[in-house]
Amino acid sequence: MEKILFYILAIIMIVFAIASVSSRKMLRSVVYLLFVLIGMAGIYFLIDYNFLAAIQLTVYAGGIIVLMIFSVLLIHHIEMELEVAKTIKKLITAIACLAGLGIFLATIYSHPFNVIENSNSTTISEIGKGFLSYEAGGFILPFEVISVLLLAAMIGAIVIAKGTKKSEVKK
Amino acid sequence: MILGVSIYEILTLTSILFFIGVYGFITRTNLISMLISVELILNSSVVNFVVINKYLFPEVLQGVFFSVFIIAVAAAETALAIAIIINLYRLISSVEVKDTEVMKY
Repeated sequence: MEKILFYILAIIMIVFAIASVSSRKMLRSVVYLLFVLIGMAGIYFLIDYNFLAAIQLTVYAGGIIVLMIFSVLLIHHIEMELEVAKTIKKLITAIACLAGLGIFLATIYSHPFNVIENSNSTTISEIGKGFLSYEAGGFILPFEVISVLLLAAMIGAIVIAKGTKKSEVKK
Repeated sequence: MILGVSIYEILTLTSILFFIGVYGFITRTNLISMLISVELILNSSVVNFVVINKYLFPEVLQGVFFSVFIIAVAAAETALAIAIIINLYRLISSVEVKDTEVMKY
């Protein structure tokens, strides 16, 4: 059952990822990306990390995709079609990517992974204790640093997006 | 871990997604489309962290912590990139890469 679910998710993710990088309408390509991200949340649910799946759904599907859709609507006409790259460039890139994929897969399949059979399930309280513990193995310092980084990025985004108008620059 | 699914199959899936992202990053000529490809690349690496944690080291949670950090950095990066793109559009009325000659005003 879980195997079938995994394969369905994998096929959905690969098909929508290809559609997302090759669609000529920008809004559609953002929506295809949304399906890929939801598929990844499904994989987190399958390997029993419910907390990460919830984060993936709220941050990506709820935050980043909405932000992207807003920016697409602000700067584009919906009906406008994107320029496509030259066929020779596409072909060379595809060949290079396939070669890289081959190298990756050869390395992965030749490495003997020491898999530990388990069915541990992780509770959210364990993750929270790990984040906020200041003993050995705790993550409180990076956690605080990342919160300061998010604040700085937010202020920076506001300052940059306010910007100056074209007419003011020319003066 | 997922019953009946080995770690190799999941790593294959994430590698395929990673290279689809690389392909999109190189062939697209539009800033927002390139951002979409970067999201694909980042997400496939996050899945790798989680899967390797679950399959090889199930007694620790380090992979989960690092994936949460990667998601936070990716969110910050996207917000900043979109701010830059919108500002650029107001300056040069275009988001194509070939028109982006001056980022400094």
